[in-house]
Amino acid sequence: MKALKELLNPKQLDLTINRLCYQLIENHNDFSQSVLIGLQPRGSELSKIIHKRLIDIQNNPEINHGLLDVSFYRDDFRRRDTPITVNSTEIKCEIEDKRIILIDDVLYTGRTIRSGMDALMDFGRPKSVEFLVLIDRRFSRQLPIQADYIGRTVDAVASERIKVIWDGDSGHVELNTMEQS
Amino acid sequence: MSELSVPHLLGIKYLTPEDIELIFNTADNFKDVINRPIKKVPSLRDITIANLFFENSTRTKLSFELAEKRLSADVINFSASSSSVKKGETLIDTVNNILSMKVDMVVMRHPNPGASVFLSERVDARIVNAGDGAHEHPTQALLDSYSIRERLGEVKGKRVLIVGDILHSRVALSNIFALQKLGAEVMVCGPRTLMPKYIESLGVRVEYNLDEALKWCDVANMLRIQLERQDIKYFPSLREYTMMYGLTMDRLDRLNRKDLVIMHPGPINRGVEISSEIADSNQAIILDQVENGVAVRMAVLYLLAEQIKHG
Repeated sequence: MKALKELLNPKQLDLTINRLCYQLIENHNDFSQSVLIGLQPRGSELSKIIHKRLIDIQNNPEINHGLLDVSFYRDDFRRRDTPITVNSTEIKCEIEDKRIILIDDVLYTGRTIRSGMDALMDFGRPKSVEFLVLIDRRFSRQLPIQADYIGRTVDAVASERIKVIWDGDSGHVELNTMEQS
Repeated sequence: MSELSVPHLLGIKYLTPEDIELIFNTADNFKDVINRPIKKVPSLRDITIANLFFENSTRTKLSFELAEKRLSADVINFSASSSSVKKGETLIDTVNNILSMKVDMVVMRHPNPGASVFLSERVDARIVNAGDGAHEHPTQALLDSYSIRERLGEVKGKRVLIVGDILHSRVALSNIFALQKLGAEVMVCGPRTLMPKYIESLGVRVEYNLDEALKWCDVANMLRIQLERQDIKYFPSLREYTMMYGLTMDRLDRLNRKDLVIMHPGPINRGVEISSEIADSNQAIILDQVENGVAVRMAVLYLLAEQIKHG
C-alpha cells in the first residue's frame, strides 16, 4: 500500500525552477564560461527545462548544455538486484576550464553524483563543479556531499520514495510511503 | 531488456535477437567512450580476465585486450606456443590452473570446434569464444553486423553477401546466424569446392558466379582464403581464384555497383580476394570494423561481467 503526498504541485514546481534559474544567473552572468549538465536518466528532463528557461530569460541561445550517463562509473555495478540500464552521454562542447553545473532531480545517498564527478573528469578538467538538485533528502547521505542549489529540502525516511513526474515543461513532485504491515 | 539471456558468449546461435540489440546499444555507448580524451571507464576494475589463445591471433587478441583494459579489468595473457600445453597438459587442467589464480572470465580461441562449449560446462568462469576451429567466431559476427547497422542504419531487410572460403570459415557461420537473427537476407558465394554441403539448409542463398551475386547484394563481406586450414588443394591457383572471385574496381565499374558497402574481417590478402584500390576506398568499412570491434567486445564483456554477482 502506498500513501501519496504531493510535495510540490505544478505551480510550486514552476516557481522553484524559476528561483533556481535566477540563482544560477546571479553566479554565472552570461553563462559564456559555464556548461549545464544533466545526469542521466532522471536529471536530464530538469536540466533541459532549466536550459530552456535560461535561454528565454537571458535571451541567449548560446548557453551550453549536455547530458551525462554515469552507468559505467557507478559503485553498485554487480551489487544490484536489477541490471543497470545504460543511457547515452551527449556532451558536444569542451568542458576544459569551464564552470560546470551538474543537475539531478533528487539528492539522496550522494552516490550518483559521486559517479557523475568521476565521469565528468574523463572529459577534461573543469574550472569548477557545482551541483543543482530539485529535492534534497537530507539525513540520508552516505557520502560527504552537498548541493549548491536546492529546490526543496525534504526529511524522509528510507522506506519513503520521492518521485518527480514530468509532463512536458511542467510537472509535480510526490512522496510515496510504503506502509508498514 | 538490460540483461543478456546467456551466461557465456559461446556462439551467435545461442543468442536471441534481443541479446544482439542489447549488445549493440551498449556498444554505442562504449564507442562514445573510446573516442573521449580519457578512453576508459572503471566498470570492471575488480574483474580479472584471462585471454587463452591456443591458436595464433593478432587482431582479435589485441582487440580483446584493449577492450578489457578500457574497462579497467586486470588481464593475463596465455598463448599455447609458450605454455605447458606443449608438455601434454589437458585443456581443463590448463584452465583450472589459471582459474585457481582467481580469474573471473576467460576469452578463448581454440583450434577445436566446440572447445568453448566444452569448457563452459566444466569450469566456473564466464567464457567468451574468440573463435573455435571452423565453428563460430561470435564477436567478429557481432562487430560485422554492428558495422552494417552503423553504415546503413539497420541490418533488417539488407542483402548481405559473403564471398570466399565458406567451408573453413567460422566468420561465415557466425555471420549467417547473426544476420538472419537481425532480419537480413544472406547469400554465400565461392568455388564449389569451398562451399559446405547442405549450406542451403541454413536458409542462405548460394551463388557460384560473383557478378550475379554482386548485382543482388547491398553489402559484400570478402573472406580471406585460409590456406593454413586447407589440407588439400581446393582450387588450381590463387591467380585463378582472383580471376573468378577477386573483388576489383573494374568488376564494380562493369556492374555499376559503386554503392556497395565492402567489408573484410582481416587480415587482407591484397590482390587476392580484394584489390588494394577497393580496400582503400570509401566503399570499404574495413577499418571501421576494427574500431567497432573494440566497442562491441567491451559491450560483451561488460554485460557478461554484470552477471557475476559481487562477493
